[in-house]
Amino acid sequence: MTQERGATALDPTDRKVGRLGAAASRLQRVFSLLTGRGQPGTTASGRRRRHYSLLTRRDKLVLGLMVGIPLTLDLVFIWGPTLASVALSLTQWRGIQGINSNDWVGLGNFQKLWSSYPPFWEAFKHNILWFAVLMLIATPIGMFFAILLDREIRGTRIYQSIFFLPVVLSLALVGIIWEMQYSQDYGFIDAVLRTAHLPTPDWFGDPSINLWAALVAASWSHVGYIMVLYLAGLKSVDPSLREAAAIDGANSVQTYTHVVFWVMMPINVVIVVITTIQSLRAFDLAYIINHGKNGLELLSVLITNTSLSEANLIGFGSAIATVLLVISLVPITAFLLRMNQDDQA
Amino acid sequence: MTDMTATPTSTRTAATPIRRPQPRVRWGRVALHSFLITMSVVWLWPLVWALYTSFRTFGDVQHNGYVSIATSLTFQNYVDAWTQGDLLRNFIQTLAIVIPGVTITLLVASMIAFAVTKFSWRFNVLVLMLFTAGNLLPPQVIIVPLYHLYLFIPLPSFLSDSGSMYNQIFGILFINIVFQTGFCVFVLSNYMKTLSKELVEAAMVDGAGVFRIWWSVILPLCRPALAALATLEFTFIYNDFFWALILIGKGDRRPITSALNNLQGQFFTNYNLLAAGAIMVAIPTVFVYIVLQKQFIRGLSLGATKG
Repeated sequence: MTQERGATALDPTDRKVGRLGAAASRLQRVFSLLTGRGQPGTTASGRRRRHYSLLTRRDKLVLGLMVGIPLTLDLVFIWGPTLASVALSLTQWRGIQGINSNDWVGLGNFQKLWSSYPPFWEAFKHNILWFAVLMLIATPIGMFFAILLDREIRGTRIYQSIFFLPVVLSLALVGIIWEMQYSQDYGFIDAVLRTAHLPTPDWFGDPSINLWAALVAASWSHVGYIMVLYLAGLKSVDPSLREAAAIDGANSVQTYTHVVFWVMMPINVVIVVITTIQSLRAFDLAYIINHGKNGLELLSVLITNTSLSEANLIGFGSAIATVLLVISLVPITAFLLRMNQDDQA
Repeated sequence: MTDMTATPTSTRTAATPIRRPQPRVRWGRVALHSFLITMSVVWLWPLVWALYTSFRTFGDVQHNGYVSIATSLTFQNYVDAWTQGDLLRNFIQTLAIVIPGVTITLLVASMIAFAVTKFSWRFNVLVLMLFTAGNLLPPQVIIVPLYHLYLFIPLPSFLSDSGSMYNQIFGILFINIVFQTGFCVFVLSNYMKTLSKELVEAAMVDGAGVFRIWWSVILPLCRPALAALATLEFTFIYNDFFWALILIGKGDRRPITSALNNLQGQFFTNYNLLAAGAIMVAIPTVFVYIVLQKQFIRGLSLGATKG
């Protein structure tokens, strides 16, 4: 069993094993606390003997199954397909028959993607714009709301509930609800513009503006999400820091920009990571509006549109999936690094 | 700055009897509340509008336009959307996914979190990372191979009338569990790290097996985290649009959120029906949020701030 072999390797005093090892050895120290018998300087193998003297063979089997079964499913249904996407991106498999060596095209799909498939760059641009708007507009608004509401003001709970309400709705539903604002024939906005004799744009239909219209709807939901996360962070800031800043003569804006913001760096990182991941995952909203076409191309929708819905270009769609995967690894790595940093602290 | 609303007037007059409480206007406060009220109206507006539209009659709207004072209000749109959209079927399918989905996800995730936080083996951190990172991937990255995997995996006929995992509620339940377990493992392992280790040790010395310790020592202690996660996971799984959209080909077999895609096409010409349908789909999550707001917020914060 894996855990039996595993326990021997790491010495908690070895600083060279790096972050992963350090977190792992911390978990080992936790265990030596658990047994209550771990002495400083005992070798890892010595501790292991004591460890497993408490765990019966049956315990080990149960623990192995508790982790082993879900882990296998996670590997087969999440990580297997992830690697398969990368592998398929190098082929021109059509999904009909078994795959053979004739299907191999190397980097051909990527070449086509780069040079002769304009929707790819459109989608790429839209994903960047999606991220930029969420990051530079929606996220700061959410943080601002949190700062305003993190004080003893009357009705703060009611305000919080209102701003958070859209977050509990699925983004598909958000799309439908906003369609009732945006529709050219039946929507609220154009009806008002019409009575004012102003031009009435087709907000969700016109490819030059529909991305912006969709981003308003996406932000409507994103602001509340960030607000709640940030409020939780603000509540955990040590009050004595603010008092100290106030004694030093800082006003509330200065206290925030010079002290609170920096103390909250871990939360700031999480918020950037979450915003990045949200903008890479954006799918539901674009799909419900117009199936992610005609101005709303996004990498995520392009994957399903090229390889599942209409065409059967599996290799090509997988190349887009690989691009999306590589970009996603940036925020995911940032998140995992922070996770381990916390473990060491 | 905060005393005007926080301190009752009576205690203030008692402490300083000479100074009458003056009706001093604090312009900062007025500006703050005006801003917040304006924003609240803006935030609520799309929902209020959908609600209003859902109660109007088609004839009224045809005659006066959507932006007009209603001449009559009706519940009929809800009845019509419910029957014409056959929403009951979609809601039942949702229920068949959400209830076992949340339960199994939490049980499985708590087992993993228990095993990796309370016992030490080499791969603990790796396991934790695989689950956490798997949940952070955009689902679209894995969908093409997953779709073919679903078509490929044979299932016995009592589990699946299509003979595979494709087109099955079971398949959607399954992928939701696998995907959401990652998030719950992350949150629960953070939570369990804060639990005292002596409890596990004592139980072990008393001769309890690990399964028993998980069930009668750890799970009861994790109740606050489990309650928060259950609320959150209910919403996550209920709101899932993507898995069923791709892994179920027929609209009438989809859970309600994915069925919105069909509903929208069906009620395209009648926004009163579409609005009524949308409101009905929104009710369960809004209800859960209003009733269990604290749990909901705690769940989100547990994920971001590590307890």
